[in-house]
Amino acid sequence: MAAMTATGARTQYETIIGIEVHAQLRTASKMFCACPTAPPPDAADEPNTRVCPICMGMPGTLPTINRRAVELVMLTGLALDCRVETAAVRFERKNYFYPDLPKGYQISQYALPLTSNGSLEVPVPTEGGSVRIGITRAHLEEDTARLSHAGRGFSVVDFNRAGIPLMEIVTEPDLRSPAQARAYGETLRDILRYIGASNADMEAGSMRIEGNVSLRPMGDDRFGTKVEVKNLNSFRSLERAMEYEVARHAEALERGEPLRQETRGWDEGAGRTIVQRSKEEANDYRYFPEPDLPPLRPSQAWVADLRAQLPELPAARRERYETELGLSAYDAGVLTADVALAAYYDAVVEAGAAPKTAANWVTGEFSRLLNQRAADGLRADGVALAPGGLAELIAAVESGSVSGTNAKAVLGRTFASGESPLAVIEAEGLGQVSDAGLIGREVEAVLAEFTSQVAEYRSGKTQLYGFLVGQVMKRTAGRADARLVNDELRRRLDEGA
Amino acid sequence: MISRETVEHVAALARLGLTEAEIDLMQTQLSHILETIERLRDVDTSSVDPTASVIALENVLRDDVPRAPISRRAALANAPLREGDHLRVPTILEEGR
Repeated sequence: MAAMTATGARTQYETIIGIEVHAQLRTASKMFCACPTAPPPDAADEPNTRVCPICMGMPGTLPTINRRAVELVMLTGLALDCRVETAAVRFERKNYFYPDLPKGYQISQYALPLTSNGSLEVPVPTEGGSVRIGITRAHLEEDTARLSHAGRGFSVVDFNRAGIPLMEIVTEPDLRSPAQARAYGETLRDILRYIGASNADMEAGSMRIEGNVSLRPMGDDRFGTKVEVKNLNSFRSLERAMEYEVARHAEALERGEPLRQETRGWDEGAGRTIVQRSKEEANDYRYFPEPDLPPLRPSQAWVADLRAQLPELPAARRERYETELGLSAYDAGVLTADVALAAYYDAVVEAGAAPKTAANWVTGEFSRLLNQRAADGLRADGVALAPGGLAELIAAVESGSVSGTNAKAVLGRTFASGESPLAVIEAEGLGQVSDAGLIGREVEAVLAEFTSQVAEYRSGKTQLYGFLVGQVMKRTAGRADARLVNDELRRRLDEGA
Repeated sequence: MISRETVEHVAALARLGLTEAEIDLMQTQLSHILETIERLRDVDTSSVDPTASVIALENVLRDDVPRAPISRRAALANAPLREGDHLRVPTILEEGR
């Protein structure tokens, strides 16, 4: 990346990035009509089956506002430290003609958005710190229809997506590197999932990102020519596309070539951006207040009620895990990345397990079992074993009443069955044997059976020690306390030497 | 008088193809409309709040409860062109928005 490493005769440039995110809100019905946002469970998503005269833009229809969609944007605003507007909020028509827009305008917000003026603290691990990113606004609008280009001179339209509540979140031009852009996207995704505002799935299209990038000579305070990059299907694409643009701008600026303000699309396969069109001015959208909707004035009480509903956010939870529970930054990160996993972990600790040990189990064996069933969409809140059961099992390992190996086997079984781990240990006789007398007899028996190996060990072939331990464990079906076996075997071998 | 360029720009945004004669006509007519609207500036509105809506209601919200959509057959009944279960439209290469 020339811009960041430029030295010598070349000018040093500062990267300026702003991000726009569109997220489909998690509502059951559409924004301005009551059509369902998703097909019934277990049904295929057939095109043009979740539509009505309103979302198809038929003449004479009138929109009505989905209360939950308004709430989810306000919740997001609160999570992003925004001011939530209570005086006057307005929907406006954004006018443009395109086959994905049945009415010829999108109902959006422009002059008076629901929430504005916030900020988000974004950890940027690759840069070893965090940056505070200004949030310009989070507003409410409606999604467009899905247009597929058939490649035969025509396109086809599916209106199922038309009118799904969509939230647009815009940052200030505060990001200074492609890595920060990516970190912002990931941090925002986690928050949207935490508060239940959106599934925020880039691949499924419920979260879409556009990056606005420009360069300016270091120390300059005017912005350079800005390019908007679309068609980013992953956070990795976002980072790569920003890197590509930074290099392209730096090169053009060095050569004294003019840059055009335009929209470019990211081509993932080719690893480059391609011009899509010249950027329109906001004027061209001829925004004006939506005459079909009465004004919205969210009450202070409504906002206060939503504030009270706001769950602990990922950053606060990570902080609590590190400072109060003493977890490593890594474990805290793994746990908080998945809200259901974090909730399960909290419940295990709540049930009395030591925080660090519980973290090892939840991020280790428990997550391994969870990942095995990730394809079925299993989340931690759908695991049959109650958090209290895992806490019980952890306590049994800590007290030495079950070996670590057997405990994993018990977890593997109770994870899906929901049985009590202690009951399974009892029923299957998996409890750890800590009876020194019994272990002594088993060690004795092994020494008597494998006399030649014992002789070899004593003559210096010490690697046979592991074999002998294994034989004792085999005789006790893996239940013997390994520490006691070790002590006893060493003592007897050294005795006879 | 608004410029020819403005007329052409507005026509392009509305996806209207105008002949030279129509551009002349629109230039005159749109200018007259704007001049008429200009006259509203003469009214003293210093004591009137900005008004975006004359509906005497606010906070009219709908609960997030889905209702049955219309049938696909009904949804596509008025489409001039169909392609299977979809509406068929001309491909526009410039990306939207």
